[in-house]
Amino acid sequence: MADRFKSVDDVVERLRTVDYLADPNIAGVVYLADRLEKPILVEGPAGVGKTELAKALSDVTGARLIRLQCYEGLDESKALYEWNYKKQLLRIQADREHETSWAEVESDIFSEPFLLTRPLLEAIRAEEPIVLLIDEVDRVEIETEALLLEVLSDFQVSIPELGTIAGKQRPLVVMTSNNTRELSEALKRRCLYLHLDYPDLEREKDIVRVRVPEVDEELAEQVARVVRSVRQLELKKAPSISETIDWARTLLYLGKNEIDPEAIGETLHVLLKYQSDIAKARKELQVEGGPLPARSP
Amino acid sequence: MSRFGPADAPPAGDRESMLDVLQGFIHELRAAGLPVSMTENLDAMRAVEHIDIAERDTFKAALGATLVKHHHHWRAFETVFDVYFSLHAAGIGEEGEDGEGFDLESMEAMRAQGGGAMGEVSPEELAQMLLQALTNMDREQLRRLAGMAVDRFAGMEPGRPVGGTYYLYRTLRQLDFDGLTARMMGQARERGEIGADDLAERLAQEEFQARLQQLKELVEAEIRRRLVADRGAEAMARTLRKPLPEDVDFMHASREEMLALQRAIYPLTRALAARLAQRRRRRNRGHLDFRSTVRHSLSYGGVPAEPKFRHPRPSRPEIMVVADISGSVASFARFTLQFVYAMASQFSKVRSWVFIDGIDEVTRFFQESDDIGEAVHRVNTEADVVWVDGHSDYGHAFEVFHEHHYKEVTPKTSIILLGDARNNYHASQNWVLKELQQRARHLYWLNPEPRGYWDTGDSIISEFGIYCDGVYECRNLRQLEQFVTTVVEG
Repeated sequence: MADRFKSVDDVVERLRTVDYLADPNIAGVVYLADRLEKPILVEGPAGVGKTELAKALSDVTGARLIRLQCYEGLDESKALYEWNYKKQLLRIQADREHETSWAEVESDIFSEPFLLTRPLLEAIRAEEPIVLLIDEVDRVEIETEALLLEVLSDFQVSIPELGTIAGKQRPLVVMTSNNTRELSEALKRRCLYLHLDYPDLEREKDIVRVRVPEVDEELAEQVARVVRSVRQLELKKAPSISETIDWARTLLYLGKNEIDPEAIGETLHVLLKYQSDIAKARKELQVEGGPLPARSP
Repeated sequence: MSRFGPADAPPAGDRESMLDVLQGFIHELRAAGLPVSMTENLDAMRAVEHIDIAERDTFKAALGATLVKHHHHWRAFETVFDVYFSLHAAGIGEEGEDGEGFDLESMEAMRAQGGGAMGEVSPEELAQMLLQALTNMDREQLRRLAGMAVDRFAGMEPGRPVGGTYYLYRTLRQLDFDGLTARMMGQARERGEIGADDLAERLAQEEFQARLQQLKELVEAEIRRRLVADRGAEAMARTLRKPLPEDVDFMHASREEMLALQRAIYPLTRALAARLAQRRRRRNRGHLDFRSTVRHSLSYGGVPAEPKFRHPRPSRPEIMVVADISGSVASFARFTLQFVYAMASQFSKVRSWVFIDGIDEVTRFFQESDDIGEAVHRVNTEADVVWVDGHSDYGHAFEVFHEHHYKEVTPKTSIILLGDARNNYHASQNWVLKELQQRARHLYWLNPEPRGYWDTGDSIISEFGIYCDGVYECRNLRQLEQFVTTVVEG
């Protein structure tokens, strides 16, 4: 990477410049990933800033962000490379009159101009510094996961027709997982593991203040306290950081400078997305509210 | 403490000793059940060369990131980390000047003389200082006070092979958390920081509890540090070793462990459901569909060029759970019911019964409430399960089940029986199971007792077992998860 981190504190400070507040654990792992040139595997509940971390890293290091969104059914041709089949056909047809030898045509159509690079190959061949984000890696099947192994450990790709393409430099790789399934040991072994969880009160308060600067100290504190209280309930889906931020914004737009039970009752649906969760939170926090929204799926 | 940066090579001896400590640490992690591979071990070694090990947080992050790859192993890691590196922490910044050179015996001696710095503070003064530190949330001061409190109240004796819970309990009892909370609430009210409504009250209370929790952790760390100083890290780690969450035995789980398990259920079932749905979708190739293949072959002039396959219909089994909820196995039954209902989307229908010597259908509780926890609570309080004396009678329960529900069992139904088969020497009536097995798709039995105890005393598991398609030992989350996979697939 062009712009390396000097120390753990350096990581914290620079991430702060792009409004990402890293705790010592995050900063430590990022710094190590930079030094050891190993990928980071970030796991944790939805909406705690996993993807955001990769974006913030690309911002502060001035590296280009290449993103591979994983989904079920993702395969080599979407993740790594694909031969441009149509172009190859055209090449063969255009050649009909010239009677070129088959060997020549073959070596021609399996060359770089006919190669469609997909995110992984693009990251490997890039000249400039790169942050590679492999998002929601737990969504691909176990078999496809194996495809990542070569890329992650040696940062190279083997293409049968072309040979092995090795990376010119090591990008910073961030993988995220929502933990819908256990990733394979082989993959985990190659990574530094970082578990992101809901932040503690202080950090959440700081995040709210940084992301919604119009909120004053007092309101941020109250917001963080209510959210902590809500998270302690047994819910289907606890509020995430992004929902906390949305909630703070909502309160701001409604012109609330401090939180009263009424305000919470009216805006709880920003924080919680299940009807049963909202009902439970209302009961526990003893706040009133309008009729419940339609039942969520 | 020296810094092991790559630039300034550390003296060899220091490095050696650090490696030794790390090896001991990793050895203990493995002993606690964490799968640490050779590569991860080497990664950890490389990682600590890049960081300043005097920075405790960074050091911990480095070891955690390289050695722990499952979130639910983190707690176990933290315990071992605290034990192994608590002494090392003492010397550095955090602790300040008063942290070093602890020695239980000299402490004892000091107390015997009734002198020393600590002796001068009375319990009331200590409480007052604590109150102040908690109000201002002065962590340094809190740490010092935690140390004092341990001196005063824990009554630690060198060489006693205990894990520290006892000392913690003794210290906390003297500190009187409830009283402290009340006093803090009172003060806050006087300052007008708490509004009139219940919500503000609740939030303030939670805030103070969170602060007290921090104090408790400080006290715990302090006790642990002194114990390690007294007995050495290895012995301490052995005392504190606990099963990982997935290996916690249902029958002997402590209240805390049970709570942790409950919290683990929902994410676990979601993960399991996702995996099963994926697997079911991928198995979409069934047997060769001969008719369809021949029909499609017409467009190729009768050559069966494109074989067609039958899509197996996605099978969502119907589940009937019949659970013994008598004292000995109650927590297991509760837990399994919760688990099954959290998985309900994977089954076409779930019905459940609970029994002791009488049997009662409890499906309604789960249908009426979205909240599984609440439903289970209602099962415990409202279900009518006692017939004669409230001692397990499997025979009678099964007989009644047969009488009322036999006709509702279909070839699509999988029946899961939960219990330890301790029948109090009643008649087994296992002909019921025989008939159920013939009618149902599968009949499984989950037994929360270790296999070694089966058929001892009044357990008659094999009498029932001969008519089951499978009798599984199900003592922890890992085994339960495995079993559910079998059922959904079958």
